[in-house]
Amino acid sequence: MSQPTAICPNCGAPIRFRWSSAIQTTCEYCKSILVRHDVNLTKVGQVADLPPDISPIQIGTEGMYRNTAFQVIGRIIYSHDIGAWNEWHLLFSNGSNGWLSDAQAEYAVSFLSQPDSPLPGPSEVYRGFQYTQQGVGLVVTALTEANYEGVEGELPFQYWDKSRCPFADLRSQDGRFATIDYTETPPLLFLGEFVEFESLQLKFLKEFEGWTA
Amino acid sequence: MNPGAPKIVPKPKALNCPSCGSAIELRAMGAAAAVVCSYCSVTLDATNPQLVILQRFQAQMTVQPLIPLGSRGKLFGAVWEVIGFQQRGIDVEGTNYFWREYVLFNPYKGFRYISEYDNHWSFVTPIPSLPVPGVNNYNRPTMTFDGVIYDHFQTAQAYTWFVIGEFPWQVKVGEIVTAADYVAAPKMLSSETTENEVNWSRGEYIDGKEIWAAFQLPGAPPPAVGVYSIQPAPVEVQKGRPWKLFFIFAALLFGMMTFFSMRALDETVMEQTYTFQPLATGEKSFVTKPFQLKGNSANLRVEVMGQLDNSWAFFGMALINEDTGQAYDFGRQISSYHGVDEGESWSEDDKLDAAILPSIPGGKYYLRIEPETEPVPAGASPLAVKPITYTVRLIRDVPFYFRYFLGMFLLLLPLPFMGRKRGNFEQTRWTESDYGVPPNSIAWQANSASGDDDE
Repeated sequence: MSQPTAICPNCGAPIRFRWSSAIQTTCEYCKSILVRHDVNLTKVGQVADLPPDISPIQIGTEGMYRNTAFQVIGRIIYSHDIGAWNEWHLLFSNGSNGWLSDAQAEYAVSFLSQPDSPLPGPSEVYRGFQYTQQGVGLVVTALTEANYEGVEGELPFQYWDKSRCPFADLRSQDGRFATIDYTETPPLLFLGEFVEFESLQLKFLKEFEGWTA
Repeated sequence: MNPGAPKIVPKPKALNCPSCGSAIELRAMGAAAAVVCSYCSVTLDATNPQLVILQRFQAQMTVQPLIPLGSRGKLFGAVWEVIGFQQRGIDVEGTNYFWREYVLFNPYKGFRYISEYDNHWSFVTPIPSLPVPGVNNYNRPTMTFDGVIYDHFQTAQAYTWFVIGEFPWQVKVGEIVTAADYVAAPKMLSSETTENEVNWSRGEYIDGKEIWAAFQLPGAPPPAVGVYSIQPAPVEVQKGRPWKLFFIFAALLFGMMTFFSMRALDETVMEQTYTFQPLATGEKSFVTKPFQLKGNSANLRVEVMGQLDNSWAFFGMALINEDTGQAYDFGRQISSYHGVDEGESWSEDDKLDAAILPSIPGGKYYLRIEPETEPVPAGASPLAVKPITYTVRLIRDVPFYFRYFLGMFLLLLPLPFMGRKRGNFEQTRWTESDYGVPPNSIAWQANSASGDDDE
């Protein structure tokens, strides 16, 4: 699990990677956003103050999804009309990675998925648009124009200079969930399902004053 | 071991309303999108540390929440804090119908809602799945979710009239959504649709008393008015319940019947054959030999059997207690007729008649019998007048079935009334719906059929 450490090119602090395939990470000390090129790290940006933290999840939180253990190793923070939400980057014990989105304590686990058919373009998509992926009938239930608010920890790609982030959220009749991420061209498709907080058996959660998990 | 040691997220600090300066308590740990000042009703952006004003408005109405903001209670397995409150309404043909919603928050489990209409309460959970649309046999829309079929109740534009506290979306007075309700009492499936978003939730009817207990509210919930769309039918008329009760009591009766008939003595106390000569003169009545009736108190079956020939015989009888002289008077009649009419032979026999004397105390008894028959016609040949031979049999403590069958019949009587009561309840439930009648009502189908004709 423990990966060779590198040195932050900005402040010289040790940078420890939990995941050998991580492309990007942040320095815990100086909050530099670091991108990995072979063995070298390049500072590409600086994380501004993160918005007030509302999620019980944090980097280092561990849990179970479909009998596979995972650890939270990074996140992207977005905000939109109804507040901020997190896309937590999960590293599974079998080496694969996925995402746990936490939007106001509505949780969904998803994985990057190769689209079966071309995704609708950002101008073609509308609420009620129907899309079938892996035999699952999905309907667009929300169109969101999110703001990129920050990153933390290890990510599978470079992600640090976004501003406007259009998303389409899709739902099915059997609890599946998908997101079309229009920040990339062609857009990315993430397919997954909604999960109950209890079912994730999360450990190392944040504590909230006056509340017990 | 633990890479990210648990941090304790402190309670949010109280902030001051930028509009009126009053203290605003943020309860949702920053999870809320909007907060409405309880004092001046200004709506603020709760995601912005500066609490930017989203909306100022002249209060069109002021509504006091029955569950105060900040109350905590355990409902449906988790602790919830009331962080927001709004009054919404729909306009149906010029009449405003209002209901109230409480926003509940738990930092781990997210948001739930309590909805209240005419003091009927429901607990509402957002659902991530999409229900499956359909129609019922009467061509009315349905939604299926988790194996339950919900019948469409109403679709209306819901208008937000009053808000205070925190909300997971940027709530605004004047906000309009298309709200559709589907019911399968005690549950409701609801959708709220705007141009860019549709959200589904499932509500469950909950007794106001449970809410009062959960949030430790003083006093009692105000009495509910009328029949609510997802109010469970009164327990005594719930589906299958009257029949269930009928079967329970019928089984009880059957059990009693079996028990008492098995316990019954069913013992022949006396069986004696007598002959009565209609031509005989003098006193016709006579008494039998005394016999013993066992037990404390039990019934006594008295049977009279005899073969007659186109005649009848009546037996005036008295059961007399030898010790006390108490007499039970009764009479039985037997008859037998036969003949040939238009070549067809016929017969009408009543060869046996029996009486059950209830609750005869034990003791020594005898029977006085006074036989009587058709008077012998004057001038009839004495040889034509046959003597009547009959048998009297006394049976102590016979099993007695009739009352049980009567009981079963009486048990059946209320069923049609309960069915009607249930029907009336359903009728009332659906009065405020878009259809005015229950989803299985032929009346609506007839209306819609005639509506089609108009087109």
